[in-house]
Amino acid sequence: MTISAYIDGIGLLGPGLNDWPSAQSILLGQQTYQPSKTVLPSPILLPTAERRRSGAVIKLTLAAGLEAIAASGQEAKKLASVFSLSGGDGENCHAICEMLASEDRAISPTRFHNSVHNAAAGYWGIATGAMTNASVLSAFDASFGAGLLEAMAQVVVDDIHTLLLACDTPYPEPLHSTRPITDAFGIALVLAPRRSTHSVAHISVAITDACANTLNDGALESLRLGIPAARGLPLLEAIATRQNARVVLDYLDNCRLDVTVTPC
Amino acid sequence: MLNALHISSFTTTSAMGRGLDQTLASLRQCRGGLLPCAFDNVELTTFIGEVPDVEAVSMPPQLSAFNCRNNRLAKLGLEQDGFDIAVRTAIERYGPARVGVFIGTSTAGILQTELAYRRRDSATGALPPDFIYHTTHSTFSVADFTRRYFNLSGPAVAVSSACSSSAKVFSSARRMLAAGLIDAAVVGGVDSLCLTTLYGFNSLGLISEQACRPFDADRNGISIGEAAAFALLERTPEHLAADAVLLLGIGESSDAYHMSSPHPQGLGARMAMQDALCMAALKPADIDYINLHGTATQSNDASEGKAVFDLFGSDTPCSSTKGATGHTLGAAGGVEAVICALTLQNGLLPAGLNTVHPDPELSLNYLLKNREQPVEFVLSNSFGFGGTNCSLIFGRAN
Repeated sequence: MTISAYIDGIGLLGPGLNDWPSAQSILLGQQTYQPSKTVLPSPILLPTAERRRSGAVIKLTLAAGLEAIAASGQEAKKLASVFSLSGGDGENCHAICEMLASEDRAISPTRFHNSVHNAAAGYWGIATGAMTNASVLSAFDASFGAGLLEAMAQVVVDDIHTLLLACDTPYPEPLHSTRPITDAFGIALVLAPRRSTHSVAHISVAITDACANTLNDGALESLRLGIPAARGLPLLEAIATRQNARVVLDYLDNCRLDVTVTPC
Repeated sequence: MLNALHISSFTTTSAMGRGLDQTLASLRQCRGGLLPCAFDNVELTTFIGEVPDVEAVSMPPQLSAFNCRNNRLAKLGLEQDGFDIAVRTAIERYGPARVGVFIGTSTAGILQTELAYRRRDSATGALPPDFIYHTTHSTFSVADFTRRYFNLSGPAVAVSSACSSSAKVFSSARRMLAAGLIDAAVVGGVDSLCLTTLYGFNSLGLISEQACRPFDADRNGISIGEAAAFALLERTPEHLAADAVLLLGIGESSDAYHMSSPHPQGLGARMAMQDALCMAALKPADIDYINLHGTATQSNDASEGKAVFDLFGSDTPCSSTKGATGHTLGAAGGVEAVICALTLQNGLLPAGLNTVHPDPELSLNYLLKNREQPVEFVLSNSFGFGGTNCSLIFGRAN
């Protein structure tokens, strides 16, 4: 069984990858990939109080999501959304666990409400006014694939435009040693049921047991393996070539995604 | 709704009972499971809905890495009411790649991390070597555990939108079935007691010092509970028993309002209920019973009460079963879906426990006593912290 959709907008933010337009030449090997710490912009769309409370995952989802939406010609508040995050706010999780192991366990309300996995979805709604469905998922290292399947199913079954946000942020120590996510990284895709003037590519997705594509550049391949959301990079590389392509994306250990990419 | 889905097997384990028989008996006897909190070394004056004997559950040897309270509770839940057997039968019929897993949880195995932080290396600060993030802490761990428990090789995901998580699993599964990617779905919710939620809700001033009283004029907060609930979803076969339970409608929305307060007029809640009715092609008057989200905080119940009144008026019988189970957070949608299934099959509208004086400002037909009558259609509400909402409509096959 194959399900298909159009990609109408792309957002990308990660170490040494500042946005989709500038990242394309890196993915095509026309420019050398130089990893440097991810720069997260201030979430100016949020009211002051929420902006002050927002951690890395909120900044990341807003930046990547808004880039994709701007390219798609859609209105943020009209789009359904899929937030696929392998974990939540790592800094916040560490702070809570540290306090709960101490004498004074009075964690703050802000710490607690930022601890929920759907905090990024909640802030997204506050920032954009979107009252649409938000699916908030986790599938550990399979989170990109899980998010893509969920978003594609929304587009195909419910005949709607959907924003996929696959984003991850690192934990501080000591959790980092047990879950070594290397940096903040996010891919945002606006998926559409029909072709528009904004369409970049048509994709068809099927489940397969074939092996996942790797990236030729060693540093980019380390990025793909080091951050769950970056497992989507081979798809972006295929889109950047602007040629018909077939890529297999990493998903679960015995189940991967076969994606056929046709440029628009 | 064009494609109703058959809930071919279901089960729940919460403070009100292990499996369906105990749960139904508790509902009939208006017996709840909330007790004064004596969990771990928690120093809070509150009531909790703890599932007895979770510690005694043993993991299958090949899944020992998944050993944590949340996955033990998941295993306990999966093995009630022959649910595991029903899933294995479905796997035989469809194949292991065609059965998906969709499990809602808010905190998964975070308790394991909380406990590990008490045992950090005094010199390096490192977590103890026996701590495994992937199979315990990870939000996905309970879905991963369920998938491996059944040796499945199809799609699997954890849905984690706080208190609506295991209502929204029904929606993700519905789309995946409709897209033809799977033929059956194991959906469910598992959340277990931990310090993050107990101290977290306490920090917001949302924990009651007594057993929670949803929709009472004097309600003053939630009682946290834990639970595991599962359902097996399949396409509706041609012939069904009259009391077979169908999923008929789903509505999802976001409040886009505030992280920890619901929209004061219940706008997001109303949209979710309206969309569920629309998908089910039902009118508000068709609904025989509403299982309210009903957490028993002032603002949640006020917001939901307004939304229900706006859409249904004052007549539709409704109650929150959180007075019996506590608020099982990411498992609540699943538990309450199963209670709705019991309601449909047994013609029993359950009373809301602990509530004495229903809030006169929320003029709803809030049930203080059980009612027995034929039940055709029921609606269940789950509204998550962070403003992620989901309403489900279930009906009998007849």
